[in-house]
Amino acid sequence: MPASPPPAALAVRGLRKAYGDVVAIQALDLEVYSGECFGLLGPNGAGKTTTIEICEGLLAPDAGTVEVLGKQWSRDGKALRSRLGIALQETQLSEKLTVEESVRLFRSFYPSGRTVDEVIGLVQLDEKRTARVGTLSGGQKQRLAVACALVGDPDLLFLDEPTTGLDPQSRRQLWDIIDNFRNEGGTTVLTTHYMDEAERLCDRVAIVDHGKVISLGTPRALIASLGAGHVIEFGVAGSPDVDEPTLLALAGVKSARRAGGSWALQVTAAHETIPALLGALASRGLPLTELRTHSPTLEDVFVTLTGRSLRDDA
Amino acid sequence: MTPDRASRVKSKAGNTPAIGQLTLARFREFYREPEAVFWVFIFPILLAAGLGIAFRNRPAEASRIAIVSGATNAPVVDSLKKASGIVVETLDDTAAATALRTGKVALVVVPKADGGVEYRFDEARPESRTARMVVDRVVQRAGGQKDPVPVAETKLSERGSRYNDFVVPGLLGMNLMGSGIWGIGFAIVDARKKKLLKRLISTPMSRAEYLASFLFFRLALLVIEVATLIGFGALVFGVPLRGSVLQLVTICVLSSLAFGGLGLLVASRARTVEGASGLMNLVMVPMWVFSGVFFSSGNFPQAAQPFIQALPLTAVNDALRANMLQGASWGMVSHELALIAGWLVVCFTLALRLFRWR
Repeated sequence: MPASPPPAALAVRGLRKAYGDVVAIQALDLEVYSGECFGLLGPNGAGKTTTIEICEGLLAPDAGTVEVLGKQWSRDGKALRSRLGIALQETQLSEKLTVEESVRLFRSFYPSGRTVDEVIGLVQLDEKRTARVGTLSGGQKQRLAVACALVGDPDLLFLDEPTTGLDPQSRRQLWDIIDNFRNEGGTTVLTTHYMDEAERLCDRVAIVDHGKVISLGTPRALIASLGAGHVIEFGVAGSPDVDEPTLLALAGVKSARRAGGSWALQVTAAHETIPALLGALASRGLPLTELRTHSPTLEDVFVTLTGRSLRDDA
Repeated sequence: MTPDRASRVKSKAGNTPAIGQLTLARFREFYREPEAVFWVFIFPILLAAGLGIAFRNRPAEASRIAIVSGATNAPVVDSLKKASGIVVETLDDTAAATALRTGKVALVVVPKADGGVEYRFDEARPESRTARMVVDRVVQRAGGQKDPVPVAETKLSERGSRYNDFVVPGLLGMNLMGSGIWGIGFAIVDARKKKLLKRLISTPMSRAEYLASFLFFRLALLVIEVATLIGFGALVFGVPLRGSVLQLVTICVLSSLAFGGLGLLVASRARTVEGASGLMNLVMVPMWVFSGVFFSSGNFPQAAQPFIQALPLTAVNDALRANMLQGASWGMVSHELALIAGWLVVCFTLALRLFRWR
């Protein structure tokens, strides 16, 4: 039986938003299918938060249409609100309230939803239910924020940078929560600038840069589009350095890029290129200071598309 | 594809009305902040107690005077020493001058050889002018002066006309203003700064219910505030409560709502606590000064009166005093109540129109 395309939980067409002279989003189109986890991946300032806040009905676009769960903000705003779960970037919930009180407060806004106990259990904050919000760690606060987003039993969950600034354990806990929501059939739209997060969580990702979608697909397809089996990173001591034409002439090299003090080569097979690379460096008398190989990631996709690194600190 | 989701019945169990939860949140945020409790409940009582002690009614003070020694005019000196209300010191010329200059005495009397007296005093000092009159009267009587007109005196210290009676309603008005503007203004600006307002409006929460929760909270707190301050005034200073309780409650509720509306207006756009704080001072300081909290607003010039009478706190203080001290009829406070209601309507309308949720 031919599969009909799944219905769209979110459809964005021709979106545009400017703040004064600064164009945050230009002609952005997106379609998120029901039941998938969709990632907006891009560096800080790419327009991810502006896009997601327009989809959440918190900002009005300058141009373009947004359809959420088949409805429009202008006509069905109130009905839509009770079907969405939202965690904004950097919301601070009231520090004087306890975990339980905060969740109960948010539950009271929704006509129907999960019980307070159920949601606190989902985000594993049972032990903290009587603790004041002000005493929670960053990861616990973020899980509480997600609990407040889940308590209305939403069909569509928007998470803006849910794991930014969290330690690895807290990130994994949040990933599990998002996985569970997806396994129950919920649709998730999240923004992130962590490529590993997008690869781990998302069925499809849109890479956003300068307010435009520059690439769209499953993480696997985007990585495969590079045509590279491996990425080799190396550094050399002394000068003169190696030059790009030399590297591109080596066996199996598809692209060569200088990043900081080291080089990154996308290659079809590491075991063919590495001997050739070592030979070329030895013949120039350049000692190797570091050598790493990894499978290509979304980070490499982004770098290839923009010539820039995804994360400020990377 | 996902049958479990489609078939799941959304639970409506265990839910409580949002307005109740929002109002509860206001209370929790308040009583879990001990400083706020101090400023709202304890501080006005401390202030009332301090002012009450400073301005308590005391017996008329005696005039302290000096007589320059080596006096030759014995009858005058004797009669001054015997007179009530005068404390006499006998000093030499230099010491008397020093005592006068340092304010230890209000007047120096120099008896003259010819039977006359000389008064030395600073006319700018009220207590010196009083001493001169008191002393002169004793001196003239000793000299044989008779009062041509008979005089009878009745001394009054009536409840309702003392300074404490004046200041307690003023403090109550000031408290209603302060907690209305601070209590609502800071909480809202803080929630806006923390992006909590934005998070709240991303839910189906009713915005009107959110703002109403602040008013319910204020009204509930009002009962405690008014009861403590009036109870303290009545028990400790015997401040009277002559008007109807219903009228007092009406004045307090209407005032609290009006100041709450003013608080909302002040907080409607400010993004930082510092910015809101400046605006609140701009709104409140003129009323502290002009609206007759500590002294009558009638002390200001006639030209300023239209402005002063239009201030909400002036109307609140006037209405509270009329109720508590004079037992006013509804007709006597109708003008004030109308003015307060006018502020309430204007502030709310403007605040709702200007309010920034992000």
